Amino acid sequence: MKPASFDYARAGSVAEAVAMLAADDFARPIAGGQSLGPMLNLRLARPSMLIDIKRIPELRAADADGRVMRIGACRTHAEIEDGVIEDMTHGMLAMVAGGIAYRAVRNRGTLGGSVSHADPAADWPCALVALGATLVVHGPAGERRIAAEGFVLGAYATALQAGEIVGAIELPRLQPGARWGYYKICRKAGEFASAIGAVVLDEAAGVARVVCGAVDGPPIPLTVTAARLRDSGPEGAAAIVSDEIDRVLPHGDAIVRQLHTVAVRRALGQVA
Amino acid sequence: MTPISITVNGRGVQALVEPRMQLAELLRDELGLTGTHLGCEQGVCGACTVLLDGAPARSCIAYAIDCDGSEVVTIEGFADDPLMAELREAFAAHHGLQCGFCTSGMLITARDIVARLGDVPEARIREELAGNLCRCTGYVGIVAAIRAVAAGK
Repeated sequence: MKPASFDYARAGSVAEAVAMLAADDFARPIAGGQSLGPMLNLRLARPSMLIDIKRIPELRAADADGRVMRIGACRTHAEIEDGVIEDMTHGMLAMVAGGIAYRAVRNRGTLGGSVSHADPAADWPCALVALGATLVVHGPAGERRIAAEGFVLGAYATALQAGEIVGAIELPRLQPGARWGYYKICRKAGEFASAIGAVVLDEAAGVARVVCGAVDGPPIPLTVTAARLRDSGPEGAAAIVSDEIDRVLPHGDAIVRQLHTVAVRRALGQVA
Repeated sequence: MTPISITVNGRGVQALVEPRMQLAELLRDELGLTGTHLGCEQGVCGACTVLLDGAPARSCIAYAIDCDGSEVVTIEGFADDPLMAELREAFAAHHGLQCGFCTSGMLITARDIVARLGDVPEARIREELAGNLCRCTGYVGIVAAIRAVAAGK
């Protein structure tokens, strides 16, 4: 199908983008267009105007210091997959990026766009929670920072207020010896997941995170499993995953809970 | 209607477009380059795949106005490309097409796989092809063709 009519303009800076969005309640930002394009073509989204932010230099920046790496929101999944950006996550970012959709989509789709779109089965919302990321957000009230855990509120719903855009994603550098696991259950390569398990264990930094993703709402941190991971290691944690999944997904049917349990267990298995 | 400038298959093109015009529509309807096909218009089937600024991209979810200033190469634009010539021969030899609807997207993706990854295992080729759907062949001939061209690269 073809989209409903919209106007189009390119923003040259973050300030310009914020101003253009503020001027029209029905304007929407577009970066890679890999999530928004299908919605436009299916007329699920009918914005009055698209504000193209993909070329804004500030949103394409990538830098790092000794503790934190910062990735501009308009970096593409392909750039992350290919290691164009120095990676401080021991390869987790590249592995997650490479499993998203298909190369043609990854060549255009962006990290910030994906997280802002907040498809419940997408990879970045879950992975960024496991990595303890922070989103740097720009809007009419200025700049603010939102932890990844708590950024996605539900299916296609985030903590972004009207007129705000994600500017960058900040990630703490994983320490030497840190390990991670990421397992996505989907029937066909590149599909949205039926279940995701994401684990980050950085003992030197005192970090143990286990996240259950691709549920109906936001990704769910499995705090009990994470505590067990820190205290008893991946095998000990794997033994209690099923109990915590049953508690956090009380309305899920047995198959759904099994899928999520297995995804988390296999991610833990990668940490062993 | 907005004027745009876009390079298509090496030639500069000026066009007047509505913002909602898909790149695929510009290529097919305005420029007569009908080798690019529209299957799903959601980015999942791969029939619309072209090279956009040097990398495979979906022309169904790229809007022409967004491509103002960009370079596009369609399936019609590989006449002098040696790797594409090898792939075309291999697709024919290995029965990698029947109706041909997926073929233009398959060839552009296949060329990217060989150029970017070289000689990789069959399982990897199948993963990289997951975004190009074929309803006719069952993929066996397509994968065999790509393996044959990638061998030793």
